[in-house]
Amino acid sequence: MSIKKVFALIILFSLNFNSIQAIEPDVFVQSTVNRASQILSENISKKDKMDKLEIIAKETVDIRGIGFYSLGSARKALNEDQKKKYSELFEKYFLKSFSSRLAEYTNPEIEVNNKEVLNKNYTIVNSLLLGTSERPEVKIDWRIYTKDPNNPLIRDLIIEGLSLARTQKEEFSSILNSNDGDINILFKTLEKFSKN
Amino acid sequence: MFKKLILICSSVILIAFNVNAASDGELILKKNQPAEVKDCFENLNRVTFKFNQALDGVIFQPVASVYKKLPTPVRNGVGNSLDNISNLVTIPNNILQGDFNKAGINTGRFVINTTIGILGLIDVAQHIGLSEYVKEDYGQSLAKLGVGPGCYLVLPVLGPSTVRDTAASFVNVLGGDAWYNVTVKNDTQHFSDVDYYSSRLTSGINFRAKNFDSIENLEKNSLDFYASVKSLYLQDRQQKILNTNAIIDTQDDSDWEEIENQ
Repeated sequence: MSIKKVFALIILFSLNFNSIQAIEPDVFVQSTVNRASQILSENISKKDKMDKLEIIAKETVDIRGIGFYSLGSARKALNEDQKKKYSELFEKYFLKSFSSRLAEYTNPEIEVNNKEVLNKNYTIVNSLLLGTSERPEVKIDWRIYTKDPNNPLIRDLIIEGLSLARTQKEEFSSILNSNDGDINILFKTLEKFSKN
Repeated sequence: MFKKLILICSSVILIAFNVNAASDGELILKKNQPAEVKDCFENLNRVTFKFNQALDGVIFQPVASVYKKLPTPVRNGVGNSLDNISNLVTIPNNILQGDFNKAGINTGRFVINTTIGILGLIDVAQHIGLSEYVKEDYGQSLAKLGVGPGCYLVLPVLGPSTVRDTAASFVNVLGGDAWYNVTVKNDTQHFSDVDYYSSRLTSGINFRAKNFDSIENLEKNSLDFYASVKSLYLQDRQQKILNTNAIIDTQDDSDWEEIENQ
């Protein structure tokens, strides 16, 4: 076998391997939802559920990206130490907020219906949280960051057309505006939320 | 007559203020950026918001918690009936927005649901395949005509709004809402003021019950509940004005790109 042939085989193999590894955004969402549903239906304490949900969030959500997005233009004024501190505080805040919101649901059923590729970096996955006698059905769209197709990440949830990332960004902006843009107040607020 | 005059004057002043503001380019509702709506009366709004929260705790939340325990068919019937009444505002607004097709469909929906659907309790129109009902109001029609939202406002009892939407809501009591006309404005033998105000109250309770867990959850997990409600309200209004999933289509990615390149 010539070197050229071996080289061609290696390239073919690696291309094939890559295509096997790439995760379709809708499959990624369905698998994430299934994992979360399984935890929520388990007969364990709320604290244990929250701990397990946090593990899923760390693996599937672009927490660092969402954190800096939420900060808006204020992120430009941060020095490296502040950025590091903010990332740590935001992660704690996000995980607590995320898991606490989800832990309220017992056995939610989500159907993934469709996906729309916006560009090479983003795909919107459409899903439906099925209604129960307690609550109406809810349309949930997932904004999936697909720059690395092997490692898609959630960047936003759009619930009935309302973006959670945008809401959080405007919430942070309001806190900063009410306190003359003092980032330390935001740090304290995040810290307080995580400790409570 | 004096009351009418005051309402007309208030509407004209508020809308004129808005158009002027829009022409300054400062308060134009940028379709992709609800965050651009200024909170000119923030201090007052926050006080009103606190008042509304207290009112919610005393009236709406307890009543809604009981209401949501009613059997699903009862709640659906109430919801359908309220939607049917709201058609009386939606239809003229479909026409104002030039959507004659929707106006025709909604008129058919109103006639069918009021008669066969027993005063709107059953959404027969949906079962026979009429397109999904989407509410429209005078604020949305003004927005379509290019009037900017003006400042964000929190109204006592009624909750989040904007200067434009508040001004537009006066149209309802100036003859733009047939339900108001036959209950409050004109002395008909069939309806009274109580019918109108109880329908408005039920509508509020129905909304609170439908969103019971979401509101509780949001309040518990918000760093600034006022800011969260404001953001969600303005996003929702924007969706309704555009009648599309615009958030998905227009979300600005420049922030994300900048973060990646950091």
